[in-house]
Amino acid sequence: MDLMIPDSGLLFWMLIAFGILFFILARFGWPAITGMVERRNEGIDKALSDAAAARQLLASLKLQEERILQQSREEQEKLIEQTTDLRKQLIEEAKEAAEKESKVILDRTREQLRIEKEAALQEIRLQVATLSVEIAEKLLRQQLESRDKQRELMDRLVEESFQLYE
Amino acid sequence: MRRTVRMVFLTALFAFVSFAVTAKEVKERPPIDIKDLLLEHLKDSYSWHFFDTKDKSIALPLPIIVRSKERGWFVFLSSKLEQEEGYKGFVLSTEGDTAGKIVETNKAGDVVRPFDISLTKNVIALFFSCLLLMAIVLSLARWYKKKEKAGEYDAVPDGMKGALEWFIMSIHYDVVKKSVGEDYKRYSPYLLTLFFFIFLNNLLGLIPIFPAGANLTGNIAITMGLALCTMIAVNVFGNKAYWKEILWPDVPVFMKAPIPIMQVIELFGIITKPLALMIRLFANVFAGHIIILALTSLVFLTVAMGPMINSTMSVISVLFTALMLVLELLVAYIQAYIFTMLSAIFIGMSRKTHS
Repeated sequence: MDLMIPDSGLLFWMLIAFGILFFILARFGWPAITGMVERRNEGIDKALSDAAAARQLLASLKLQEERILQQSREEQEKLIEQTTDLRKQLIEEAKEAAEKESKVILDRTREQLRIEKEAALQEIRLQVATLSVEIAEKLLRQQLESRDKQRELMDRLVEESFQLYE
Repeated sequence: MRRTVRMVFLTALFAFVSFAVTAKEVKERPPIDIKDLLLEHLKDSYSWHFFDTKDKSIALPLPIIVRSKERGWFVFLSSKLEQEEGYKGFVLSTEGDTAGKIVETNKAGDVVRPFDISLTKNVIALFFSCLLLMAIVLSLARWYKKKEKAGEYDAVPDGMKGALEWFIMSIHYDVVKKSVGEDYKRYSPYLLTLFFFIFLNNLLGLIPIFPAGANLTGNIAITMGLALCTMIAVNVFGNKAYWKEILWPDVPVFMKAPIPIMQVIELFGIITKPLALMIRLFANVFAGHIIILALTSLVFLTVAMGPMINSTMSVISVLFTALMLVLELLVAYIQAYIFTMLSAIFIGMSRKTHS
């Protein structure tokens, strides 16, 4: 069966032709194509990984942003709380001071009132004394208007004085 | 559906008309020797035969280059061999082992074959396919080089070039890179050449008109040449671990010394691997062509059975031939793929660093 016996002439030409084909394509054909596609693929891979990195960075930035926001919110809350406290304290203090002040004023007023009252009382007392002396004088004068009465009084006084000396 | 019906009808009509035209003459011809007819189409020949007219065959004569041991080199056209007595002592042998080849009678009176490197039909087809492949790949490569020179490093080709790029890179990545391993870039040019050479020739073998139509990858000399290249690529560039695996494999000592059983088996393996490659490609392509030709010759074989059977069989033959051609398209790819992948795997095995 000569089908299974390779023909030497054809094999000869085959090795030459395939050799030349391989040489030329390996030199000028395939590397230009595969090289550029590989480089392009590498570029795409790099771009993809870069994008992934950027995405990650973005995510971390967002996280950071969130954290900062959270922080600032907390700070704000704290600040508000603090101010509220301060306000309360201030009001309290003001209230206290006002109370104290008013108390002092009240006290002072009370004292003044007391002193004035005392003075008024003093005055009243003085007037009452004067009045009573005047009234007594008037009463005495009324009683001693007649001569009899004056004598009687003089007598009684003398008698009394005698009695005292006895 | 309507289109299918119309196609079947047209095919039948065509078959019937062709039958009507040729029937009368054919009946007078001797019965067809189908085996010879098939093999003649598949074998190499010194001229490129197109078709026969009533009294002569139309063929393209090709140059014959032979070297007789006694008389030296001869170069002449194959058309000169058509005469009965041959040309300058060279005749086409018709019998024995040398049937179909050029022979001469030497001084001792023995019929011998001269050293024969004629540009036969297959050689011309080989040159044509090599030039075609070169043109395709180099024109694609030129596009890339042009883009590279222009600084457009991430330019992507479209249309046919894009499809070719995808095809090339699918072999480059899925076959070469995966099978060879680390230094796949070194072997990629060879394996790509191998794949596209086989694939292109498989396709050209399916096209029945000149300059395609030669049965190149279904010829054992061609597949042998390819297998030899792979054998060289595997063994010449094999590393230390590969040769150690062959000459001193990791098996119990009694299996490798004093009688080198394993070494013989391994050395045998060096030969059987490319041998299997050679036979597989040859047999697959050859078988596909045989089936297509056999189906086609149904048309001519059934002529003697009357117009009814002949026309029916013609329709069946054409349909099945078309079907087979579609299948052969698949086989063309698969066989090129398998040859390349196995070559890549063998190369990869010879380049493994750990044993």
